[in-house]
Amino acid sequence: MALSFLGTATALLLVTSLGAFAARGSPRAALILGTAGALVAGGVGGAASLMALLERADITVRAPWAMPLGSFQVGVDALSAFFLLLVFLTGGIGALFAAGYLPGITTGPRPAVAVSLYNLLVLSLVGVLVARDAVSFLFAWEILSFTAYFLVTFDYGDPAVRRAGLVYLAASHVGLVPLFLLFGHLAKAAGGSFDFTAFVAAGPPPAATATLLFLLALAGFGLKAGLWPLHLWLPEAHPAAPGHVSALMSAVLIKMGIYGLLRALTFLGPPPAGWAWALVTLGAVSGFWGALHGLAHADVKRILAYSTVENAGLVVLGIGLGLLGQSHGEEVLAAAGYAGALVHTFNHALAKSLLFHSASLLSHATGTRDTDALGGLLRRLPVTAAGFLTGALTIVGLPPSPGFVGEWLLVTAALAGGARLAGPAGAGALAAAAALALIAGLALAGSVRAFGGVFLGLPRSRQALASHEEGPVVRASLVAGMVSCLAFGVWPPGLLALVDPAVASLAGAAPGLAHLRQPLLAVTGLSATLLALSGALALLRGALGAGRRPRTGATWACGYHPVTARMQYTASSFSDPLLQPFALALHGRGRLEGMSGYFPESGHYRVGPGDPVGERVILPGIRRFTQTLARLRVIQHGRIQLYLGYILVTLVVLLVWQLTEGVR
Amino acid sequence: MLALAVHLAVLLVLPPFLLGVVSRTKAWFAGRAGPPLLQPYHDLLKLLRKGTVYSPTTTWVFRAAPVVAVATALTAGLLLPVGGGEASAPLHFPGDLAAFASLLALARFFTLAAALDTGSAFAGMGASRDAAVAALAEPALALALGAALARTHSLSLGEALAAFPGATWAAGAPAVLLAALALGVVLLAENARVPVDDPATHLELTMIHEATVLEYGGPDLAFLEYARAVKLFLFATLFTRLVLPVPASPAAGVGVVLLGVLAVATLVGAVESSVARLRLGRVPQFLVSAWIVGALGVVLLFFSSRDGDAG
Repeated sequence: MALSFLGTATALLLVTSLGAFAARGSPRAALILGTAGALVAGGVGGAASLMALLERADITVRAPWAMPLGSFQVGVDALSAFFLLLVFLTGGIGALFAAGYLPGITTGPRPAVAVSLYNLLVLSLVGVLVARDAVSFLFAWEILSFTAYFLVTFDYGDPAVRRAGLVYLAASHVGLVPLFLLFGHLAKAAGGSFDFTAFVAAGPPPAATATLLFLLALAGFGLKAGLWPLHLWLPEAHPAAPGHVSALMSAVLIKMGIYGLLRALTFLGPPPAGWAWALVTLGAVSGFWGALHGLAHADVKRILAYSTVENAGLVVLGIGLGLLGQSHGEEVLAAAGYAGALVHTFNHALAKSLLFHSASLLSHATGTRDTDALGGLLRRLPVTAAGFLTGALTIVGLPPSPGFVGEWLLVTAALAGGARLAGPAGAGALAAAAALALIAGLALAGSVRAFGGVFLGLPRSRQALASHEEGPVVRASLVAGMVSCLAFGVWPPGLLALVDPAVASLAGAAPGLAHLRQPLLAVTGLSATLLALSGALALLRGALGAGRRPRTGATWACGYHPVTARMQYTASSFSDPLLQPFALALHGRGRLEGMSGYFPESGHYRVGPGDPVGERVILPGIRRFTQTLARLRVIQHGRIQLYLGYILVTLVVLLVWQLTEGVR
Repeated sequence: MLALAVHLAVLLVLPPFLLGVVSRTKAWFAGRAGPPLLQPYHDLLKLLRKGTVYSPTTTWVFRAAPVVAVATALTAGLLLPVGGGEASAPLHFPGDLAAFASLLALARFFTLAAALDTGSAFAGMGASRDAAVAALAEPALALALGAALARTHSLSLGEALAAFPGATWAAGAPAVLLAALALGVVLLAENARVPVDDPATHLELTMIHEATVLEYGGPDLAFLEYARAVKLFLFATLFTRLVLPVPASPAAGVGVVLLGVLAVATLVGAVESSVARLRLGRVPQFLVSAWIVGALGVVLLFFSSRDGDAG
């Protein structure tokens, strides 16, 4: 049942994607077709995945379709159903947003092409999740990378966007290498079969091999997830894409890395504690790095991109805690860690797409994404501001938003590790709790800074003053995003029910989750108390002021004329005290340009954060690597005769190899 | 039911008294008579009767912040084990520490956003410093209270704090002292006290917390001041319970905790009178030293007596 619904959704996406492309001559019709397709597919597919999730379905279908290297298999289990739900939910909301947003930013056939590609992107995300053999998995993975590339370079007129697209494409393909090695090895161990079921059936590989495979999976999928130090592509690519695409990329595309990692872990047998510590450490460093750099940048979309790095880190930290619980046989720790990771994945996806939608609206309305040039938008863009605030509160994990539940699960998992484990493991778990606390503190400062810098105070530029809200479709999509974001905050046990099947499949049969149900009800009670108390106090406050109109008086400016926007603290000055202690991780904040020689012309002093890992380690490494590879260019000289010679030599070598294989 | 009533009464009524104790202590150190102990109540009542003035730059965020501050502080107070025994908080569940920290974070989000809402340079400056202090204080809180949870193998604050001080003092003092030291720094930082912030400063440029509430007056200011008093009470109670073994019987437990809380308030006043405020650039070092102290406490717990005790 669920699978046929999923099939319908997939077919809808494919047909409308092709249809929208074919109808690009009449963009309006194409836009309506594509959006309707994505919306209906989102509804049908979302229902299907919810059904599969609640039925705890585990279906695999082998299609009678001969593929190279095996057979074509699709299926749904708890893990993929959970991620499918995310894809359909955020994909549907994103399509609605795009329908209102695209016509405003571009003309001609391009909205139609964008919609067509968007549906293809959603389709390939679905493909990655339902693939049940390595070949179709990698096939869908590749389509995903390319479709995303075309969407990232939507504004290809801008050289910076082209560069961002190239960075993204290169990163995706570098990430493919470890995955090929991983799946190749697994297939070899499984007797040549590329089926996921065969990987599991082949049993866990020997310890040393398993660790090697784990590292390969971590490299390949970690790069997709934007995990430190492989996150460098992310803050380049996400801001370059149009709003609804950045939203889908940050919300679910990078989550494919998380999904892949979790899926790979199911092939590798019982995890040793070392893997858990690797994930906890990497997750904590990513979280810290993302939160810190999010505080340092001024571009709203870049802030959001770094926040994605941070949250991917938190999710991986949660997975690490889950593995830790598994390797020590601590059910509550395992359940809380995995549940925290998945709940946070869910919340982050919904909140981040909401944030990206709001951010692209405000940058469209004002023409800038620079927080230091914005301000006071709350009055002018109230719906956008509400969307941004909802997303910000959720992403930082503040009650009573659903983000609170994820944050609570993660911190509780770390504290449970401290309470249950002895010796260094316990101390390490407490260190993880402290790291979570620091990351939460930085993220809170970052979200206040972004929200306050953009929406509060006085407008810092003329554009910010003249901005206005977008049309009804866009507003409807924002409201849909807010509702879906908050719906789960009202009833956290419902959120737990969503992740329950997946957690059970990851942690083995997990009675640990039962221990969390009672505390989660208490958390619900706490949120309800908070809301009720706030309501009561608001009434009290209203009663205190009843009968007297509040007077209006200018903000205090030391007795001078009323404050102007130039007196106001900017977002950059806001974060400065917090960045000072961590200056080492943000090197290169100031650069002097021009001003050289004996008689210097006027110059500029440009202040901006840098990424020392990228600028000092990764980029020089890449440069050296490409210089080395450049020597190979001698074989690429353009003489066609010699190229034919290469083909001949290759054929002969293959022939000889095949023949000797037969002899052996 | 009676316990709940006592808890609520203490939580709602006592906090401003602590502010009175602090200023009385400071007055004693300075050789002044000082204001009456009940002065904060008079101040609050006076503010509640006043009208309000709002800056034209502000929005609903500015108006919401005082309400959110009081609501979160009181809700966090429901998680606080004020009496002795394991279940002395009205709301207690495994993982309540994480919820406690999140509630305080929500209050901070709104007060900082409200400060930015005014468009004032001073408020922005204060918000910026407040955010930095709070973010750096957070890990020390996790380490100090996490140590108590770990030591007692429990996940609920009430359970942990009922058993932690007694058992740990008996097994050897350093771990308690280190955790208390870390929590003490957090207490001073979170409540905007010397040496991190000076609540008595009159110069806007040197303010942290005061600058964030500079634009408030009337009932809104009363709400914020009250929330601040409740927050001091929250941390003073946590500190007391972390250090002091409290008898399990409800009446005696509450009595001992209240005495401890008053002692903490006196201590805060004493620190404020005898220590100079730190230069702003030094504050992060002060807070990071609390991480180190807290981490040392954790290390002591996990690598020394841990294997010997039956848990």
